[in-house]
Amino acid sequence: MAVALGRQAAPRRSFVELLDDRRVLSVLCMLPAVGLLVTFLAYPLGLGVWLGFTDTKIGRPGVFIGIDNYISLFDDSVFLLSVYNTLVYTIVATILKFGLGLWLALLLNNSMPFKAFIRAIVLLPYIIPTVLSALAFWWMYDPQFSVISYVLSKMGLIDRYVDFLGQPNAARASVIAANVWRGIPFVAICLLAGLQTISPSLYEAAALDGANPWQRFRNVTVPMLMPILSVVLTFSVLFTFTDFQLIYAITRGGPLNATHLMATLAFQRAIPGGQMGEGAAIATAMIPFLVFATVFSYYGLQRRKWQQGSADD
Amino acid sequence: MASVDIRGVEKQFGATKVIHGIDVSIADEEFVVLVGPSGCGKSTLLRMIAGLEEITAGEISIGGKVVNNVAPKDRDIAMVFQNYALYPHMTVRENMAFSLKLRKAAKSFIDERVNRAADILGLQPYLDRYPRQLSGGQRQRVAMGRAIVRDPQVFLFDEPLSNLDAKLRVQMRTEIKALHQRLRTTSVYVTHDQVEAMTMADRIVVMHDGIVEQVGTPLDLYDHPVNTFVAGFIGSPAMNFVSGTLRRSGGDAHVEAAGGVKLPVPGSIGGADGQGVVFGVRPEHLDLASDGAGVSAKVIVVEPTGADTQVFADVAGTQISAVFSERHAFKPDQMIRFQPRPDSVHLFDAASGRHL
Repeated sequence: MAVALGRQAAPRRSFVELLDDRRVLSVLCMLPAVGLLVTFLAYPLGLGVWLGFTDTKIGRPGVFIGIDNYISLFDDSVFLLSVYNTLVYTIVATILKFGLGLWLALLLNNSMPFKAFIRAIVLLPYIIPTVLSALAFWWMYDPQFSVISYVLSKMGLIDRYVDFLGQPNAARASVIAANVWRGIPFVAICLLAGLQTISPSLYEAAALDGANPWQRFRNVTVPMLMPILSVVLTFSVLFTFTDFQLIYAITRGGPLNATHLMATLAFQRAIPGGQMGEGAAIATAMIPFLVFATVFSYYGLQRRKWQQGSADD
Repeated sequence: MASVDIRGVEKQFGATKVIHGIDVSIADEEFVVLVGPSGCGKSTLLRMIAGLEEITAGEISIGGKVVNNVAPKDRDIAMVFQNYALYPHMTVRENMAFSLKLRKAAKSFIDERVNRAADILGLQPYLDRYPRQLSGGQRQRVAMGRAIVRDPQVFLFDEPLSNLDAKLRVQMRTEIKALHQRLRTTSVYVTHDQVEAMTMADRIVVMHDGIVEQVGTPLDLYDHPVNTFVAGFIGSPAMNFVSGTLRRSGGDAHVEAAGGVKLPVPGSIGGADGQGVVFGVRPEHLDLASDGAGVSAKVIVVEPTGADTQVFADVAGTQISAVFSERHAFKPDQMIRFQPRPDSVHLFDAASGRHL
């Protein structure tokens, strides 16, 4: 803006005349958005990264200590466990969400009675507040009052109630199941939108070309779905990797830190634990993973050669 | 190559019946065009031949074998779609090779077939491009190439030219006809464009509201339409119709239309005295007459195309069009006289629309 003003300083112009200049006007129009982004995104992010390089505690401003926080985290078995947990959580939940979500999308893409109604129902897990559904899961996983254990024992499949949240691996599986339940609608609805853009005549052409249903899926559905799949995958990985609400409401990271994700551990150390600097360092340590996941899925899958060229069909 | 027999075929979507019993026999090596206005059921009939729609009643056989319950891929047919339906993620070569690859044909065989089709259609320079990088006409050729590669018993075309611009359409029309003359594969071609039908077909099937109105060679339909629908649909510009009453006196006959207009018809023509009729004459069968002969008409619009002159005129409240190969510079509101050629006029029963 300074450049634009400086160049036009010679003939004095009123403010209203200045607005006729496209450069001045465009900068003015962008200012509110830039202001919001800087205040609520860039500043907290920068502050978080900065705090990670300090020994700030709650109630005491810290001093710059370089990468000491990160060095100590590398020897911190709980932190390393949380990294492992986060990777397992993200990878397993994403695979399940995409497998089941794609299956659901393919089912919903068929014509059936009450199509719109069924599609609306599928979205339900997504519109219920996370904490609310987390509480419901917490109750379903309760050692004494679990409805799942109740049903299984009534069916005679188990003779002791399952300890869903008491054992490390059972607890991991339980929170992953909750995350998958919550994440499927997003994946299914996005992929359904993608499926609906595929021209039916492509399937007809493939059927005439001699493709059986599996070959049609392999050679038409999958390649045509790849662009949207990669975008949905990117978002899904980001949301899952940074998950906080579900874990914190169901297990608080327990038992024995077996379900602590990096996000919950960062919060645990920073707020209840008071170690702001260390918590910020854990949160900052998530950034490289997220950047890698984004770059991998975005550039690895998104734009194909066949999508380039003129867009008219 | 094979014949296609359609016997008593009906199609119902839910409670709506869209095809009411169709019988058509398509001979081996024949090029048959199904033509009719939108919604007449021509595409549905084609899709039933392809196996993409179920047959509600009746039988379709290809090469003497009833295919009602045969899957599309086992019918040995190839189809060219209106929107080409090329696989966007495959190159031209892969698009054409796809069906043979699915059948696990040998690589050398696939290459040979694809190259032959590419030679026929002039697609050699584009084999490694993706559909998006091609123009509409080139995509249309790839779609045909994909059909040729298969060497099927029957080609099915579903309005293949309607996405092309007018000039390209005329060019591709000729190419498809030349292709058929070369390959001699039985072809069924669906279009709503009667000019396409006239220029390409060995035989035309005119469809309307789910029934066949008439089957015949292009000139047969032009010269001897069985009813007003076929007469009005085939030919461009469309046939002129004037309603009136047939009057016979001795060996002569004429149609008395509104406003006291008398349209002379040959005495040998069918129909009884006093019968309500529709008089039909094609624009190209009207001549200019001198005073006293023919009927009087008031010029509305003159459209010169260079090759001929089309004149729209008002004859006692009915708009009539006429085409002259000479150039005329009529003014609007000028009075002229039309004389229909007696041997080229048609009379239809007013109630049933059938040719008399």
